[in-house]
Amino acid sequence: MTGIPVEHGLILAVILFCLGLVGLMLRRNMLFVLMSLEVMLNSAALAFIVGATAWSQPEGQAMFLLVITLAAAEASVGLALMIQLYQRFRTLDLNVINRMRG
Amino acid sequence: MELAFYLSGLVAVLATVGVITGSNPVHAVVYLIVSLMAVALVFFALGAPFAGALEIIVYAGAIMVLFVFVVMMLNLRPDEPEQAWTHPRYWAGPSLLALVLLVALVTLIGQGEAGGTIEGELLTARAIALTLFGPWLMVVELAAILLLAALVTASHVGRRRSARDTRGGAL
Amino acid sequence: MAVAVTLSFLIPLAGTLVLALSAGRLGPRASAVIGVGSVGLAALATLWAVLAHRGVSEGVTLWSWITVGDFQPTIGLAMDGLSLVMMSVITGVGFLIHLFAAWYMTGEEGITRFYAWMNLFVFSMLLLVLSDNLLLLFLGWEGVGLCSYGLIGYYYHNTANGQAAFKAFVVTRIGDVFLALGLFLIFMEMGTLDIATVLARAPELWEQGGTTANLAALLMLGGALGKSAQVPLHTWLPDAMAGPTPVSALIHAATMVTAGVYLIARLNGLFLLAPDVLLLVGVIGAVSLLLAAFAALAQTDIKRVLAYSTMSQIGYMFVALGVGAFDAAIFHLVTHAFFKALLFLSAGAVIISCHHEQDMRRLGGLWRKLPVAYGGFIVGGASLVALPLVTAGFFSKDEILWQAMAADHSGLLIAGLLGALLTGVYTVRLVLGTFHGEPGSNHVRHPEPGTSLFTHHLPLAVLAILSTFIGAWLYPGLEELFPASPGEAVQAGHTLLQVLAMGAAIAGLVLAAWLFLWQRDWLAAKIRGGVGRRLWSLWHHAWGFDALFDRMLVRPWQLLVKYLRVDLVNLAMNLPALLARALNAGLVRSQNGRVRTYALAMVLGTTVILVALVLAPGGGT
Repeated sequence: MTGIPVEHGLILAVILFCLGLVGLMLRRNMLFVLMSLEVMLNSAALAFIVGATAWSQPEGQAMFLLVITLAAAEASVGLALMIQLYQRFRTLDLNVINRMRG
Repeated sequence: MELAFYLSGLVAVLATVGVITGSNPVHAVVYLIVSLMAVALVFFALGAPFAGALEIIVYAGAIMVLFVFVVMMLNLRPDEPEQAWTHPRYWAGPSLLALVLLVALVTLIGQGEAGGTIEGELLTARAIALTLFGPWLMVVELAAILLLAALVTASHVGRRRSARDTRGGAL
Repeated sequence: MAVAVTLSFLIPLAGTLVLALSAGRLGPRASAVIGVGSVGLAALATLWAVLAHRGVSEGVTLWSWITVGDFQPTIGLAMDGLSLVMMSVITGVGFLIHLFAAWYMTGEEGITRFYAWMNLFVFSMLLLVLSDNLLLLFLGWEGVGLCSYGLIGYYYHNTANGQAAFKAFVVTRIGDVFLALGLFLIFMEMGTLDIATVLARAPELWEQGGTTANLAALLMLGGALGKSAQVPLHTWLPDAMAGPTPVSALIHAATMVTAGVYLIARLNGLFLLAPDVLLLVGVIGAVSLLLAAFAALAQTDIKRVLAYSTMSQIGYMFVALGVGAFDAAIFHLVTHAFFKALLFLSAGAVIISCHHEQDMRRLGGLWRKLPVAYGGFIVGGASLVALPLVTAGFFSKDEILWQAMAADHSGLLIAGLLGALLTGVYTVRLVLGTFHGEPGSNHVRHPEPGTSLFTHHLPLAVLAILSTFIGAWLYPGLEELFPASPGEAVQAGHTLLQVLAMGAAIAGLVLAAWLFLWQRDWLAAKIRGGVGRRLWSLWHHAWGFDALFDRMLVRPWQLLVKYLRVDLVNLAMNLPALLARALNAGLVRSQNGRVRTYALAMVLGTTVILVALVLAPGGGT
């Protein structure tokens, strides 16, 4: 067992992060945008875990718990907003939903 | 262990590509679950079984179920093919940007002196708990408040609007 | 007495405030009671002041107005014979006109507004004549102008009326600018605007006929010309007839338009220092008198005839002022207020009875059906023509002509006599055209005569009595207030002049009777073609002053404004604004509400920073 280099773990996190970013920038459907956000958050969590295991510090895993909490909160609020928008506009296309009122 | 790490890492990347390019919401959600599972396997491979378990239970379990529920509730059909989607003019810019970012980040990581390897030694849940409920207690409380706030917000924003409300309510 | 005088002008002000602040909550009846009542009370207060007057000038300072260094104008009243006479005319005739207005305005829209303006007018006019300094006088002067504007445009639904009001305001404003400049000059030279002080110190400071004295008098004259509708600032008066008839009677016949006469009479010392300007006053008066009299010959609207007649009569007053007979001018001002108010109110009675018909070509045959108005016209017309011995107008006009003769201004005298003749002609034409002949429309054939004893008959009857020799008796004579008039030194020729004046008036009547009764067809034929037609057109348009001003002043001004609209300096000033707007437009475009764009921008920024970090020397460590 030679072990996994820390860089590889981080590069995996970066690749996932950039994929999420591309999804965020390209997709017009709000559902996909939310999922891209989840991917990005997840990649951040991965980076924390890599750090935690690399230096055998529990703080990294504690941070991971917080990231999950944040992801849960974000997903619930984002999905609730999405439901409302869908009921109002009958679409999830962000290009259509670009007007603020009030 | 290395094999598990690289394999599941590859699966995670491929599944994520599936998420961001797919047009069927249900398929995309499933891809995302696969991706999260793969990341959980990565955690196991890295020697963080507690985090991996949480990833599967909370992320792939609870949060993704929420997505599935919403997709079912709104009865979303597959996206109508986006006309400009396939056109390079549409995706070239953002993709290039992301690629540049990727290269920059990888370069930065390569320049770094992290240097070590992960041997996969276990970090037990006990150590994490001691950290969390010891010096990090306040952060846990804040996280709890955050969840409560999210709960209230979601239940307020997500309620079905009566006809009376539709006219001038907030949002 | 100070109390009475103060009350007399505060009561109309209170009336105005109540009416204006009622915000339409008062009914027409309550408005009328307040509007007429306040002027009635003011008239009673004036009566009290007149009874308490002991023939000496009194002053009362109500409160201090402004204090700027040495300049301390006060809200101060000066009471002497002249202000009391003016007050009596304003409140007395004003009350009768208000009373008549209660009948005239029945059923009109915006009664409260009407009375609010009217009361404000009475207040301003009283302020004008009572003020002991020129600044307060100027306030009243502007106040009456404002009220005149508001009342000419009373029927503002019709755009033409608004334009008439606008014209009156702007033209009188030209005069007011001269007056203001005059005030500045006097203040600059003397450091005070107190009328008594100014009059006392002017002869010490300025030499007789000197440049400064001439300039000051000239500027004052400019103000008087605008307000009193004398050539060349007279064009607004005929158009001002767009207002309700009581307004024409009060403002554009009896009081406001005579403010110029009052001003010159009040500042007589100043004008005596500038004999050339004083002569100019007389000449302008004579010219106005004749031009207006000719114009009155060719009008078809009865109110316009009366308007030109007013202009002509004020011309007489200016002639009197010009020869230094200030007392005679004020005398004619008073009698003119009586008979012209009577004529206007009678005209108003005719107009309302005939459902707002005021064109002489359609009026006619009314003398049996509207006896009260007819009587008013006959008495008022007789006084206007100056029918010998029985009318008020005779005494005052005779006085003016006599003073002109005594001062040896034969030109002014001849103009006055010719004017008297023309007055006879146009008055007869007015009466014949309105009350005799054939009615031209159904409204005229079946008029509804006014029946109200108190608000219709009474004002007309009282004014009719005042228009006879009784009105002339009421005038107290103010010789002691003014410098000696030329007539006091000379006696020879008075009888001859009286005969001449009577002759002119009667000749006018006879000529009119001959023209309009026996030679109608010949006259009509003359007017239809050739020189007669051209003369008619010229006189009908009052010698074409409106067209002249339009071509000389209004159009070049409009042209200039058109070119100035593209303002280069302004463009340069606007550059920063345009730049900011362009930047704003750019930023607004970025703020397009698309989340994806925002994410893209954010990522771009992050990438740039990261790339910079990578490329930076020693970056990443």
